[in-house]
Amino acid sequence: MGAWLARRSLAALAIVLAVVTFTFLLIHLAPGSPFLPPPGRPVDPDALLRTRHTFGLDRPLPVQYVRYLAALLTGDFGPSYSRHETAAAALAGAIPNTLLLAGAALVIDFSLGLALGCWQAARARRAGDVIAGSVTLFIASLPTFWLALVLLLVFGERLRWFPVGGLSDPVTYAALPWIGKLGDRAWHLALPALTLGLVGAAGTARYQRAALLEVLGRDFVRTARAKGLRERRVLLVHALRNALLPFITLAGLAFPFLLTGAVLVETVFAWPGMGKLAADAIFSRDYPLVTASAVIGSAMVVTGSLLADVLYAVADPRTRVPAP
Amino acid sequence: MTDPLLRVRDLKTYFVTEHGTGTARAVDGVSFELQPGETLGLVGESGCGKTVTSLSILRLIPEPPGHILPGSFIEFEGRNLLALAPRDLRAIRGNRIAMIFQEPMTSLNPVFTIGDQVAEAAIVHQGLSRKDARARAVEMLALVGIPEPDQRADDYPHQLSGGMRQRVMIAMALICHPQVLIADEPTTALDVTIQAQILELLDRLQRELGMAILLITHDLGIVAGAADRVVVMYAGQVVESAPVKELFARPAHPYTEGLMESVPRLDAQRSRLHAIPGSVPAATAWPAGCRFHPRCPHAWDKCRTEEPPLPAAGPGRTARCWLVAEPARRKGGA
Amino acid sequence: MNPRAWLAVTLAIAAGLAAVALLRRRAAGRPAWRRFFRHPPAAIGIALLVSVTALALLAPLAAPYAPAAQLDIIGLQNQAPSLLHPMGTDLYSRDVWSRLVYGARISLAIGALAMAVAVTVGAVVGALAGYFRRSVDAVLMRLVDVGLAVPRMFILLMIVALWEGLSLPMLVLVIGLTGWFATSRLVRAEVLSLRERGFVESARALGASPARVIFRHVLPNAAAPIVISAALGIGNVILLESGLSFLGLGVAPPIPSWGNMIADGASELATAPWSTLFPGLAIGLVVMALNAVADALRDALDPSQETA
Repeated sequence: MGAWLARRSLAALAIVLAVVTFTFLLIHLAPGSPFLPPPGRPVDPDALLRTRHTFGLDRPLPVQYVRYLAALLTGDFGPSYSRHETAAAALAGAIPNTLLLAGAALVIDFSLGLALGCWQAARARRAGDVIAGSVTLFIASLPTFWLALVLLLVFGERLRWFPVGGLSDPVTYAALPWIGKLGDRAWHLALPALTLGLVGAAGTARYQRAALLEVLGRDFVRTARAKGLRERRVLLVHALRNALLPFITLAGLAFPFLLTGAVLVETVFAWPGMGKLAADAIFSRDYPLVTASAVIGSAMVVTGSLLADVLYAVADPRTRVPAP
Repeated sequence: MTDPLLRVRDLKTYFVTEHGTGTARAVDGVSFELQPGETLGLVGESGCGKTVTSLSILRLIPEPPGHILPGSFIEFEGRNLLALAPRDLRAIRGNRIAMIFQEPMTSLNPVFTIGDQVAEAAIVHQGLSRKDARARAVEMLALVGIPEPDQRADDYPHQLSGGMRQRVMIAMALICHPQVLIADEPTTALDVTIQAQILELLDRLQRELGMAILLITHDLGIVAGAADRVVVMYAGQVVESAPVKELFARPAHPYTEGLMESVPRLDAQRSRLHAIPGSVPAATAWPAGCRFHPRCPHAWDKCRTEEPPLPAAGPGRTARCWLVAEPARRKGGA
Repeated sequence: MNPRAWLAVTLAIAAGLAAVALLRRRAAGRPAWRRFFRHPPAAIGIALLVSVTALALLAPLAAPYAPAAQLDIIGLQNQAPSLLHPMGTDLYSRDVWSRLVYGARISLAIGALAMAVAVTVGAVVGALAGYFRRSVDAVLMRLVDVGLAVPRMFILLMIVALWEGLSLPMLVLVIGLTGWFATSRLVRAEVLSLRERGFVESARALGASPARVIFRHVLPNAAAPIVISAALGIGNVILLESGLSFLGLGVAPPIPSWGNMIADGASELATAPWSTLFPGLAIGLVVMALNAVADALRDALDPSQETA
């Protein structure tokens, strides 16, 4: 198990390195010089000098590559021209917000999706399953940013149940006691998390229904029934425990979805996370920041899928305890 | 003669086919009885309905494509199993009537230890605590001949060999000391040497625990060694039943004869293997009249049009064949 | 709406229904098709897709107004749906229905073309990896791992940012080139399984060159998973392109795409929600139809994996 983990981690690192190399090549293939400020923008000459030095912008390509890697390793992604701070600092401020949003969305996604998928599998092909299947199919096909706008319209604008954007109330937040702060945050988190969570849950439910149905067709389920176990135990203990394995695989794939969705949903709700940062950076032509976002985003995805692989290996006795 | 332990009367289990284009009458009016302490062999080729029969007893048939027709009757301990409420049926499954299946690898849950799986029925049916149930499970594992049972109980199914897994299945089925064990092709997936061991084990356990076994198989050799009485099935029906020695000495039904002829023998002076001509018909379209008539060397007009009943063909024997009534029609002499 | 537009809509719907009827008739023969049509959503999906495609093709007929025509800057801004404008007008007083119909052309075309690129590249890479194995396979599959690790949106954002003013064909190419990874895995798996079954050896024994083996023998057998991943992929591309256009990075106005229509409508969300609602519903329905068809295809072409 330890050897496998080491190999898998090494592979993950290799992938991140490949992504970093790829972004480096992209930057240099692009017209113009992305680490320099766009024309017409006032810039701090010290920052400019530092950048030239760190990234070796007037040196030959291989040297630039090495400099680039070295800089990334020390956490230096270059300056952010649109904000008066380094790209790393900008990201450091934004990432926790995205993690908060993604975490909340994941909770909604998995709890709703798993429950619905199981419920559907238990009633396969009956009325409830067919209706739920159509609903999940529809929601899973919706563009997340559009759903965000719809929820914003209905619950934010018309019903006024939730705020229409932002991280917290700009006026009253500072004055609230800690529990009030928590509530305010949660209140602002609700709609964005719900948007991502609902679309994710629809996809999860569809997937989990199929996975559970497949497991329910297997022989050991028949054995469990032959032992006189209640149907609920057969489903929730014997079948589900096996259907959780493909679920872990699905969970590993949730990261790309969440990050992609974050870009759009954060923009709609003005949620100051990585996604909004990247989108804004593009409009301000702040290339170092865009690049940094891409690299960090990829690293997060790779980490996520590594975690999922580890979890899968731990959960499946066939890999945990190899056959003699 | 004592009361039979299990009495199956006129069992009919049909399946709706995939496109709704027909009904597969997999089990079409099967009746037999199981006496306490006996081993009844249920024999037939694949497609004859023996597995569906065994699954129907515990109502393990998946309900959408399959259904057991009303009018079918399975009596156990004075109650009709087919009319029981789900709760009462569950109290019987794994407890009074247990079942083991053909493929031990896929029939065991890969993510739970074998100790847990064996102990589960004891916890559910006899209310044992986890500790007591595990102790009982270890006892059962020892009983079925698994070495170092206390350590093995923490193993997962994939860590065991095929023969071991089948022993685990047997332990799992017998932990509540059921009165009936339904064994559906328990040795088909195993090596020949392991087969013998498992059959011996079943025989020993039957004597020790005093249970009846319904042994389903396509292998006449197994039946010859293990069964007390035999029921032969073909095309969803019982075509012959007899005590085992008499069946082998004097088969009454041409199908049974054909089956026995097909078994290769070392002492036969034959260069070609004998096979019953033709093949098993599809369950959606059983032939008219006697279902075996297209393949029967003795068939005449009556066989093609009228379905024979199941008359007695001797003491304790029945055979579904017009030859029982008209033995002179047998071609080539008796 | 004028009579010509109504005619176009009727024709489109008729085309959709006819397509389903035609396929149903052919279905009687083959069991795979019969399994496909066991799913009612699949038939509805096909009808919808054919209708929308027909509508897109008939756009000049179906759209009573030109998509960029600003009809009456002051008077017709943000009008609610009416008989004249069945889906209302947007903030630039353009007819939403007309834009929707022309937008269908853009969104569907980008979806299909980008997916064509992705499927082609993916199939070739997968076939090469499966056929040549060893080092070729190792290198290509590591590349695929990297491709799957990168969140597609971020890379697209990066590319769009670095190459300002990406033309539409280039956009299609880039979207396609970021989406071939899953297809290549599927094709590679198919090639390897065909190898197991001896197809490849037999063909080579007959003297076929690698290219011939791949194109004549392998790819036709791999057609099933390719078609399914293509159906799903088009849906993904439509969602991706609409997202990019929404951010202002994809299709640039005044060319209508369902995504940038939603962006235009977003600023007027409170007062004129229809200009956002209809394009979003259009995307949802088309993607839903594609997903339904893909599900049914999966069941039809590989019944051992019944998912519905």
